[in-house]
Amino acid sequence: MQFFGGSEISPSLPASTAAGNNAHMIYVFNRNGVCLLYREWNRPVRTLNAQQDHKLMFGLLFSLKSLTTKMDPTSLEKRNLGVPQLPGQGCSFHSFHTNTYKLSFMETPSGIKIILVTHPRTGDLRDPLKYIYNLYVEYVVKNPLYTPGTPIRFELFNTALDQYVRSLS
Amino acid sequence: MAAIYSLFIVNKSGGLIFYKEYGSAGRMDTNDSLRVASLWHSMHAISQQLSPTLGCTGIELLEADTFDLHCFQSLTGTKFFVVCEPGTQQMEGLLKHIYELYTDYVLKNPFYEMEMPIRCELLISTCRRPYRRIVLRCWGDECTLNFVFCSFFPPVH
Repeated sequence: MQFFGGSEISPSLPASTAAGNNAHMIYVFNRNGVCLLYREWNRPVRTLNAQQDHKLMFGLLFSLKSLTTKMDPTSLEKRNLGVPQLPGQGCSFHSFHTNTYKLSFMETPSGIKIILVTHPRTGDLRDPLKYIYNLYVEYVVKNPLYTPGTPIRFELFNTALDQYVRSLS
Repeated sequence: MAAIYSLFIVNKSGGLIFYKEYGSAGRMDTNDSLRVASLWHSMHAISQQLSPTLGCTGIELLEADTFDLHCFQSLTGTKFFVVCEPGTQQMEGLLKHIYELYTDYVLKNPFYEMEMPIRCELLISTCRRPYRRIVLRCWGDECTLNFVFCSFFPPVH
């Protein structure tokens, strides 16, 4: 996995027990809200067209982030609701559950947002998300043919991603 | 000791009808709590739209960096949510008990107008044993029993 003597993808693969396909879909957004990647493995219900769906998802995450920042019971300074924030600023969130799915969310310092939607009883996915981010760095960012901010269309990345997500329990 | 930071009750159209804080660092003012409540109402609805499978009833648990938010929605659309320390257990039970208290003390109150802020002054000491136990487990001491429903909801305007 090491290409140019750079960073290793991860010291070890995060725990991925028993095979099973629990993942429904993945979204990757950049800091401007452009959907760089959308892949689905198991999505029987689609209420909106793809573009609207991505917009709605980004809006949900953006608003939830401002909600959690506002609600943060440990911080003293209360900013106004909806004030724009830099990545990493304010109290963020890492997942939410509904009765039909679990959404895990990670934001990197550069503002890349990775969203994985899985079965509601999946465990903590923070480490797997970091691993997916590493895949993104290795296969996409380090690819000289990639123009930042454009949708990701790399066979190798997709294969590696599919393979990894399928191994998640 | 597990701590609960705040409790919100939102009516079916997204209006805040009850809000109580039990020790957050900075207090939210009335307008902010109203905004947060209606924002949560919308996020709850959007999460249903984004579900990959049928039958989604909205967010039940939101895990943030410094708190957990547990939400319970009754069949009539009233939402109850508590903000508590990360990893607090048995919040579903607590929310169901709060819902029972709401039905008993608020809905059965002949002077209560539906969907309006809750101003019923209630004595928590009259409430049943299981609830007392849950509250004790969550807050740790008896004096906090006074918190849940026994104060006036501050006037909105």
